Amino acid sequence: MKSNSGLILGLIVLGGLLTAAPARAEDAPESCEVPDYLLTSESALPKVADVIKNNRSLDILVLGSRSSTINAPVNSPEASAYPGRLQVALKEKLPSLAVNISVEIQAKKTAEEIVAGLPKLMEGKKPTLVIWQTGTVDAVRSIDPDDFRTAVDEGVVALQEAGADVILMNPQYSPRTETMISAPPYLDNMRVVAQQHDVPLFDRFAIMQHWNESGEFDLFSTFHGVELAKRVHNCIGRALSQFVIDAARLNPAQQN
Amino acid sequence: MTSIADRIAGPPLAAEAGVIAGDAAQAVPVPAISLPVAGERELRLDLFRGLALWLIFIDHLPPNLLTWLTIRNYGFSDATEIFIFISGYTAAFVYGRAMREAGFVVATARILRRVWQIYVAHVFLFTIFLAEISYVATSFENPLYSEEMGIMDFLKEPDVTIVQALLLRFRPVNMDVLPLYIVLMLFLPVILWLMKRSADLTLALSVMLYAATWEFDLYLSAYPNGVWVFNPFAWQLLFVFGAWCAQGGAKRMSRILSSPITLWISFGYLLFAFLVTLTWYWPQLSHLMPRRLEQWMYPISKTDLDVLRFAHFLALAAVTVRFLPKDWRGLKSPWLRPLILCGQHSLEIFCLGVFLAFAGHFLLAELSGGAGLHFVISISGILIMSAAAWLFSWYKHSADKNAPRTKGGGGNADMAGGGA
Repeated sequence: MKSNSGLILGLIVLGGLLTAAPARAEDAPESCEVPDYLLTSESALPKVADVIKNNRSLDILVLGSRSSTINAPVNSPEASAYPGRLQVALKEKLPSLAVNISVEIQAKKTAEEIVAGLPKLMEGKKPTLVIWQTGTVDAVRSIDPDDFRTAVDEGVVALQEAGADVILMNPQYSPRTETMISAPPYLDNMRVVAQQHDVPLFDRFAIMQHWNESGEFDLFSTFHGVELAKRVHNCIGRALSQFVIDAARLNPAQQN
Repeated sequence: MTSIADRIAGPPLAAEAGVIAGDAAQAVPVPAISLPVAGERELRLDLFRGLALWLIFIDHLPPNLLTWLTIRNYGFSDATEIFIFISGYTAAFVYGRAMREAGFVVATARILRRVWQIYVAHVFLFTIFLAEISYVATSFENPLYSEEMGIMDFLKEPDVTIVQALLLRFRPVNMDVLPLYIVLMLFLPVILWLMKRSADLTLALSVMLYAATWEFDLYLSAYPNGVWVFNPFAWQLLFVFGAWCAQGGAKRMSRILSSPITLWISFGYLLFAFLVTLTWYWPQLSHLMPRRLEQWMYPISKTDLDVLRFAHFLALAAVTVRFLPKDWRGLKSPWLRPLILCGQHSLEIFCLGVFLAFAGHFLLAELSGGAGLHFVISISGILIMSAAAWLFSWYKHSADKNAPRTKGGGGNADMAGGGA
């Protein structure tokens, strides 16, 4: 045990020396910087564009699992999760637009289980835009990726048939569980469905990976609490707002 | 330019000829290349298997600088293809000889002993994985990832999980290669038996099974959900193809392999695959991809060994045997020695690599190290693997010196491409 702790101590010192350069102030306000290509999409959101052009209210439904909320017992009002941040960011960018965001969290449900309830859900809400965050539960439960693709495919069709624009959002980048959860098949299949239905894909995974690599956030660490989650969600909400505006193809005049 | 096949399979075939003639010690007429007394190993097989093991290790660590050196970033196929192909080749070579020398029953018995070794190795790795995941489950508290922590749910019923793991149905991420290897080796006796009758027929059957896998969606289910990450019904194609090459198929392909047309097709395809992969890593480029092509091509299934992946492996192999001759001097260079040693002890080094990848993850997480630490961990892992391989071969040599020479033909599939 003794020699062990000595070794670990040595490695910590070594690690400290090696990471001295990229070390950063924890409380600095984040820049949420994201490369442009991650915030643009070839696919468009015609219905959102239409609503904004005609100055009607933009109703957005965020359909997701638990990674669309911040799961902490205290001190985490709904507004600090990314759907709430999205609303704030959209209001900043489009002050004249009325934005309503509702959030539908279906924890621990696979894409297939969610799809079954979609028609009913859409009947009640009639949103202009559905942001469907999915893939995490399927990856955790290692659902057959082909079945997952079929389910997402059906879900996108159901949402479109109900008259909404759709944005797909993929799982979070989670370095700590990388040895346990295999995300790539689910990421790939979501990309395929997005391509097939010409639906914008918000690549949350790549964006968070970028933040982790650029040093914006240290997602590997065990020591962060609710604060980190809030800051990440804030940045995701902002990035998402830009993504929506870009995919709606608003010209600069309409943005103000 | 002599026949390419001699480069691929010359010495093994020569050694086989020796075996058939009686004893390897006997002077045997050898095509083109003269062998040292004990027979010569096909060092290229060792080299590339060693390389595959290093790449698998690097790929199992979180992405870092070294990840950019792994072949999966430059084309469709990755180190797994190399590993399975060479495993098929060497297993067919070693146990094919055993089958001719000692008969079906003895060869089968030896193969099963090997299967048992691989199984034990797999269970050993699973134990380490359990320790790691249990540690993470009890120590990791991050509200950002509460959902991802759902992966720990299986810890709630360890009885079921452990039994399913023993049945090879529950496999954590990155622990899918050995179960595939186990299943393929289990069927090796049948494959070899068939190959003794007709190697081409065996390959044809294998292709048919592969086609049927795609047509009828054959798979093995896993616990608690999903399917085997490497579908054995599909991946057997590479294994059997390796075996077929070892049984003289490579020689018969020599004309195709030495043709410039093959070379240019291979180059063209490799370039195409490279350009496609570029669009994965620089999504800015993805608008250059024709949408038609994307829709036809994606997803490129790793589970079912997509034909694009298989073709990519073939192209790589064709180019490699063309430009890396069997007697290339570099194979004897001390710089490649670590790779070759690793390739010669593939099972041990593979397991060590998986373990080191776990350990590396753990250190990275605990020390919240940056790119520098990451690099150090990757390099240390490779050094440890090489040192271990050196140690294993030292054991083998000293044992060989002292033990009575009864082990002759009983080599395992690690003893690739030549006499023990």
